[in-house]
Amino acid sequence: MRGPSTLTEPQVNFDANPRVESKVWRSIKRSRFYYLMFAVPLVYFIVFHYIPMFGIMIAFKDYSVFKGIAGSEWVGFKYFGEFLSDPYFYTLIKNTLLIGIYQIIFAFPAPIILALLLNELRNGMFKRFVQTVSYLPHFLSTVVVCGILVNFLSYDGMINQFLHWLGLEQVHFLMIPEWFRSIYISSEIWQGIGWGSIIYLAALTNIDPQLYEAATMDGANRWKQAKHITLPGIAPTIIIMFLFSIGAIMAVSFEKVLLLSNGSNFETSDIIATYVYRRGLVSSDFSYATAVGLFNSVIALVFLTIGNTISKKVSETSLW
Amino acid sequence: MVKTQRNLIKKSPGSRAFDIINVILMLLLVFMTFYPIYYVLVVSLSEGNAVMRGEVSFWPIGFNLSTYALIFEDPSILQSYGNTILYTVVGTAINVICTAFCAYPLSKKEFYGRGFFTLLIVITMFFSGGLIPSYLLVQHLNMLNTIWALVIPGAISVWNMIVMRTFFQGIPQELYESAYIDGSSEFMSFLKITLPLSKPILATMSMFYAVGHWNSFFSAMIYLDEKSKYPLQIILRNMVVMGEMSNQTQELGGVYAAVTATNIKYAVIIIAVLPIIMVYPFIQKYFVKGMMIGSLKG
Repeated sequence: MRGPSTLTEPQVNFDANPRVESKVWRSIKRSRFYYLMFAVPLVYFIVFHYIPMFGIMIAFKDYSVFKGIAGSEWVGFKYFGEFLSDPYFYTLIKNTLLIGIYQIIFAFPAPIILALLLNELRNGMFKRFVQTVSYLPHFLSTVVVCGILVNFLSYDGMINQFLHWLGLEQVHFLMIPEWFRSIYISSEIWQGIGWGSIIYLAALTNIDPQLYEAATMDGANRWKQAKHITLPGIAPTIIIMFLFSIGAIMAVSFEKVLLLSNGSNFETSDIIATYVYRRGLVSSDFSYATAVGLFNSVIALVFLTIGNTISKKVSETSLW
Repeated sequence: MVKTQRNLIKKSPGSRAFDIINVILMLLLVFMTFYPIYYVLVVSLSEGNAVMRGEVSFWPIGFNLSTYALIFEDPSILQSYGNTILYTVVGTAINVICTAFCAYPLSKKEFYGRGFFTLLIVITMFFSGGLIPSYLLVQHLNMLNTIWALVIPGAISVWNMIVMRTFFQGIPQELYESAYIDGSSEFMSFLKITLPLSKPILATMSMFYAVGHWNSFFSAMIYLDEKSKYPLQIILRNMVVMGEMSNQTQELGGVYAAVTATNIKYAVIIIAVLPIIMVYPFIQKYFVKGMMIGSLKG
């Protein structure tokens, strides 16, 4: 059967002199409606995604607003050198990496555990209820979550009222640098545990029920079934998600950090992304901030590549 | 069959103990998720002094609505609410139209150059210009301090576009073929076949984008500098996170003796999340579906 597109432009097989070029042209002409439609998205991607990519070149230039990007002078790796030799560089790297690593250690397994526990629930109604409630925080804005945190953790806030009631000492949580990472990671778990479990639950539905039947026949208890059937069944998904989070290790949720950081917890809360924002948009050091941002992206890409290579070797699952 | 098999095992005491612990853990999760939001609501309805004394925990003490009365007298809050609605409606319309215009051609096998364009777009998922070049672009296009800075740079989410493309691909090809035989143009086919059949995905995408606009604060923070254009999230940030109160609110605070700054902050949180919580039960399943399609094909 011939598709509508082949009908649009009747095949002129007895063309006097069919050339390769005209074949391409014919295909293009045949999909002219699609081109017309695609023009808007194409322009969008070029202008709002590819042009900024080329804009990265200001990291290697002494960008000045008056000279423009093209007119500014090339300075090579000057700004990268400046950043690397800044003593503050180590603090930033440490803060960014530590939050990223803690995120992987604590926030990454949480949805997997939840999915496994939900899978063991016998009452379907109750399961759906727990799921529905647990997705809710995902839909709250970062500002709302941080607003709740800031107020709950304030000196006269809900948490401290509770500590006081227990007879414990009140703590100025957000003023103490040591508390920052725990607060950040806990809130990430609170917001993401339910939503993150969806993908694992989807993977669980693909496991062949016969495997469980066979295991039951062989006398495997639930723990053994979970260990030998369920977990291996979702392992590919876990690996892919793990790769994503390794790649995202440098891409800490910057908005949340920005909202939770303050002068007192800067020591642990200042990360590369907030530094880029401050230097670039608050102090208008455009070239320097772009260089720092590019440095961050390159490191992130390195992490992603490492994760991908390891996974390819170990399990034959990879992103590319 | 499977069910009966699995039920047989439940007889063991260890298994039963696990079930009980599991249910308790899940109830704890439900409580931990729900209680903070509930507490915010309770505080916003309570008398200020009772909150300060730490008497409020599970139900409002000294129930009153004066905090909300006060909030709705503050013109800056009302204005920001209106702005957010405007940005959400305009932004979502642009998002959905652009995403459909992108996804439809890419869903067609006969679209010449489809592979190349898909690659061009997928690359943007992994590489981006970053904060500063994007900001400079928006500045260069004279979009600073306009609604366009908030709604155009994020017009298409590649992830959503892929989900929508997958949906379009699922529409039976025969429908288009018979429409063609009946003399329908490609544009008419899109209008009369694709769009009506895609209502569920269009609704899901609208919800995705609308929630995103409703919740977004960062682009407004960097691109807008006129107070009259601020969306709700910026006002929320200033009041709730930074602890700033507008003069208007402070003056009005004197009128309502029962209201404290804490009441106001919590009430502003509630008015910001209320629309989300109200539509949430209805839209939740669409989100999950969208997420599943995306994760399986993406």
